[in-house]
Amino acid sequence: MKKTHFSEWGIESPRYWGMLAVLGAIVAIAGGAVFYMEHNGHWVTGMTNQVVWGIPHVFAIFLIVAASGALNVASIGTAFDKKIYKPLGRLSALLAITLLAGGLAVLVLDLGQPGRLLIAMTHYNFKSIFAWNIYLYMGFMGIVAVYIWFMMDHRMKPYYKPVGVLAFLWRLILTTGTGSIFAFIVARQGYDAAILAPMFVIMSFAYGLAVYILVLMFAFKVDGRDIGYAIQRRLKNLLGVFAAAVFYFTLVYHLTNLYGTENHAYEAFILRDGGIYTLLFWAGWVFVGCLLPIGIVYHPSLGKTRGGLIAAATAVILGGFATMYVIVIGGQAFPMAMFPGKTIVASGFFDGVNGQPMLYSPTLAEFLLGIGGVALVLLLTFIGIRMLRFLPNSLSDEVADPHYTKS
Amino acid sequence: MSREKQQGRREFLKTSAAAAAVTIAPGVMLHTLSADAAPRTEPVTDKVRWGMLIDANKCADGCTECVAACDKENGLDLVDMPEGADPSLWERQRPRWIRQVKLKDNLSGRITNLPMMCQHCEEPPCVDVCPTGASFRRADGIVMVDRHICIGCRYCMMACPYKARSFIHAEVAEKLTHTPRGKGCVESCNFCVQRLDNGESTTACQEACKHQAIVFGDLNDPDSAVSQALKKYPSVQIRADLKLNTGVRYSNI
Ligand code: SF4
Ligand code: SF4
Repeated sequence: MKKTHFSEWGIESPRYWGMLAVLGAIVAIAGGAVFYMEHNGHWVTGMTNQVVWGIPHVFAIFLIVAASGALNVASIGTAFDKKIYKPLGRLSALLAITLLAGGLAVLVLDLGQPGRLLIAMTHYNFKSIFAWNIYLYMGFMGIVAVYIWFMMDHRMKPYYKPVGVLAFLWRLILTTGTGSIFAFIVARQGYDAAILAPMFVIMSFAYGLAVYILVLMFAFKVDGRDIGYAIQRRLKNLLGVFAAAVFYFTLVYHLTNLYGTENHAYEAFILRDGGIYTLLFWAGWVFVGCLLPIGIVYHPSLGKTRGGLIAAATAVILGGFATMYVIVIGGQAFPMAMFPGKTIVASGFFDGVNGQPMLYSPTLAEFLLGIGGVALVLLLTFIGIRMLRFLPNSLSDEVADPHYTKS
Repeated sequence: MSREKQQGRREFLKTSAAAAAVTIAPGVMLHTLSADAAPRTEPVTDKVRWGMLIDANKCADGCTECVAACDKENGLDLVDMPEGADPSLWERQRPRWIRQVKLKDNLSGRITNLPMMCQHCEEPPCVDVCPTGASFRRADGIVMVDRHICIGCRYCMMACPYKARSFIHAEVAEKLTHTPRGKGCVESCNFCVQRLDNGESTTACQEACKHQAIVFGDLNDPDSAVSQALKKYPSVQIRADLKLNTGVRYSNI
């Protein structure tokens, strides 16, 4: 195995600036959407007093969850000393930061009072898992930034491993924290499950890796850099394992829920009668997000192709959005059980009359905000790889594979 | 007098009352409190715990007097639908502090009516989750939102088991001085705290209920009407399984 050399993203300037302009325009449109929503108030969104978190939360939580997962590739290289992953570490750490920044931006801009962010920074309720998460996110960014610095600076080599391990541990806590935001909501049937937090960790592995794969393949392709089969195969297998793990946790989550009688109504809602939520669960979460990528990855011929890997990663991401929608929106749409043994036949505040779910129809502005978050992630990432040496010159088998022998 | 005019004067009274409360703070423990509300100049203590008993048998089918009274008392009737809003969507977005709920027993088919509002939990999940501490519980058991600190994250609405909270979805042109209200903040029933802090001891909903379905008072005072009623009739907490020790109890559900 040769020594890895890194260099800045070398695509021609017009192309680079063109990409930045397009992404910048999407971010600007999202900014307009934010102004529109904040200026008018949330009545211009589909959110209500029943469904209080909408599409922006679906995007924000997806990005935040993916952020910690994106760091995985670096962690495998550093914390677990897998040499082949080492050249992949820098981009992985960069994506962890940019994804988190994008997710947090969406989260903050959907607040009722985003201007009071300073209050959120200075008034802490230490009992609140939400407040803890703010610390976790800030700490994560800081640690990963140091991690990147140590990876890039040879003088810091001796400290690079401990920081890598710390970053890895921090990311585990961070995703558990994100999952706990839901697990702490004991009142809602869909969230009252201990398995939710570890399930979020597994999902973060899958989503983060999928985003990583797409960004890596794109950045390399347009820059004429080479990714050999050795690396592709590793990433592909890893993605398959993660998608399978998500599937496994999904099974356990719903089976344990079915075991407890009090959750039967919620399960029937998600699995059978929930309309859009049932559809997104089976078609999005289970099929596109788990079975399809597993099928592609382990397909004897498809699994070996570049296109197959890209398709599998894309499927994991799309399935991930569906998953977040089912968890975030579906969990709220299902009426809370306030009066066991009774049916609410009339209510002055939409309490799920006759068991009807809460309505939610998102508006364009909400989507624009979410998509703006994604564009921001890519914008920051592209600027990062253009300015600093994040990308290895080549990941061809000759360079990357420790067992490569010229035949 | 116009609302605007009143505002200036009341605002002044409020600030000076708050200042007085701060300066006498070290001596507060010496004050003896009657079962009635403390006057405004004294800080809130836990000698009182405000609570309510609602008798679902007395609550009349189709009656919404308490809802109307709350809307008026707390200025919720002043919250107008924004121009261009979809009326059916707006119905789901407009704030409500108290609501009528009609229940049917799944086995017997028996119908009950009852008002639902913030249950003023002793262990309030909304307070636990609030990142900034805007959701808080006063020593006298009232749970409310500090609208100056609330960032509008709506986590408290996710956490409340009773769906008691409302988010202000639009600009509010007109508001009452004692119930400030701002777009982008969350609010909920506060047991008409402005009345209690002025020495009154009834809530608007209790006063409005012609059927005496609502008894309000100090749970810590064994002689109060609410304590007496709780002693006399069997009552329940809604979702007692969550062990929140609610300040609002129900009988005959
Ligand atoms: S009922 Fe809801 S809003 Fe009221 S104290 Fe309990 S959790 Fe908080
Ligand atoms: S919406 Fe306001 S009161 Fe509710 S949790 Fe957030 S900051 Fe606290």
